[in-house]
Amino acid sequence: MIQTQDLTRRFGDILAVDRLSIDVQEGEVFGFLGPNGAGKTTTVRMLTCLIAPTSGSAVVNGHRVGQEDMAIRRTVGILTETPGLYDRLSAEQNLQVFAQLYQVQEPARQIERYLRMLDLWERRQEPAATLSKGMKQKLALARMLLHEPRVLFLDEPTSALDPEAARLVREFIAGLSQEGRTIFLCTHNLDEADRLCDRIAVFKNRLLVVDTPQRLRSQLFGRKVIFHLRQADQPLADTLRGLPFVQDCTLVDNKLVVRLDAPETHNPEIVRTLVGLGADVLFVGELRRSLEDVYLQLIKES
Amino acid sequence: MDKIKTIMFKEWSEVFKNRTVLFSIIFTPMLFTALPLLILFFSRGDVTGMGEQVPPEFMRLCPPGLSPGECLQVYLLSQFMLLFMLMPVMIPVHIAAYSIVGEKSTRSLEPLLATPISTAELLAGKNLAAAIPAVLATWLSFGLYGLGARMLAPNPRVLAAIMDPMWLAAIFVAGPLLAVLSVNFALMVSSRVNDPRIAEQLSAAVMMPVLLLFFGQILGLVFLTRQLVVMLSAVLLVVDALLLYLAVRLFQRESILTRWR
Repeated sequence: MIQTQDLTRRFGDILAVDRLSIDVQEGEVFGFLGPNGAGKTTTVRMLTCLIAPTSGSAVVNGHRVGQEDMAIRRTVGILTETPGLYDRLSAEQNLQVFAQLYQVQEPARQIERYLRMLDLWERRQEPAATLSKGMKQKLALARMLLHEPRVLFLDEPTSALDPEAARLVREFIAGLSQEGRTIFLCTHNLDEADRLCDRIAVFKNRLLVVDTPQRLRSQLFGRKVIFHLRQADQPLADTLRGLPFVQDCTLVDNKLVVRLDAPETHNPEIVRTLVGLGADVLFVGELRRSLEDVYLQLIKES
Repeated sequence: MDKIKTIMFKEWSEVFKNRTVLFSIIFTPMLFTALPLLILFFSRGDVTGMGEQVPPEFMRLCPPGLSPGECLQVYLLSQFMLLFMLMPVMIPVHIAAYSIVGEKSTRSLEPLLATPISTAELLAGKNLAAAIPAVLATWLSFGLYGLGARMLAPNPRVLAAIMDPMWLAAIFVAGPLLAVLSVNFALMVSSRVNDPRIAEQLSAAVMMPVLLLFFGQILGLVFLTRQLVVMLSAVLLVVDALLLYLAVRLFQRESILTRWR
């Protein structure tokens, strides 16, 4: 649904986006992670035809950026970093404006549908300025969906929201992905990306890595298993380190932290080895790295 | 056309809820209508015998058949009639100057530009939203002035002179052209600045030509004639076409989004 090939954008001497090549599949939630100023918004703006690329190419929903901009604008939805509502207009009037601009069939029905879905129906007559931040964001979500776009660009959808409102928005986004829409999610909320995204791209002016959250973790840090023993010592660690499938083993208090490629295959053998050496195995668990660790490591390396 | 109408009605829904703008749209026409009517009211009565000392050069400014006193009255009124030409320049500045920069400051411009609307449609909507109230307010004010003049004019000769076809051309032809000039100038300024107040102050510069005409006439340097109104309208037509073209060319979506912080 979204393909880019060496997509590049310069602002004078500043290289905001450097040769970005990605391929986002239909129905995928694609996380676009990066620190502030990494070029995430610039990328979204290029893909939604708000600004032109300096070089490279992109195809969104089958239409080429720079050649079929109107067709792209008609078929994608964008949630900008700030809701950008017309404060003096009511929630309903805000949606009416965009329903007309997108030439939505049966606008009144669509407006009612999304206002009800997002719990805004009772407050539809109130000026947008009087709504809470969370409600404004929900109204912006409704505005993005009026014309039923199959591709959605969400730029930091929960950045200014309190935890409860952020959770509601996240649940709504999860619902959108279940409807089969393709979602390009810019965020620096790693927990959000971990929960919502099928794949994640870590980006800092250039693409650092793209993969599933799970694989990113194992690629960077490998998989580690902790064996809690009643009493552990260095000879036990040395013995495990000598096993052919063990990549590394360290002793921490009464725990052995073992790095493995396939814990599901090798854990039983390790347990047998330890028991054979007279150790009491109390508990075995996988050491899970958070996506934050992955992200910070990648950004540090870049 | 539907998108142009959408933008236009959206602008009105916003603008007419802004008390400051609403006040200036209502108050300016009321004031500018009241001033010439007050002049007429206080100078009414038999003026036939007044102003015998008026020089013959001055009499040439008036239509034939008027007495010097009537000529003086018509001359005095014609100074204030120019306010009806200032109105279509002044009123839309309040609306148009805020038009783009207002959307920048509320951050509503980006979602708007992401919709399938062309620059020409967007600017046409914003143009009409600012120009139509200004033109209607001017015409309505002039209509009220015409009614007042019928009641207050001392005689049919003076009434005919102050409701001269020249003024009708000035109000009904040059007026809308002046409004378009003002709107496009204000839109160009609005799309290139980041502060609504700066946009309004800079846009006010468009009033200078009409103010120069106003003061030039008070000082006796120029006097509005039928030929001058026709010439002025022709020049405005060309300038408006040029400004419309420039407004679309200078409205660069990309620069507006990326240079503004």
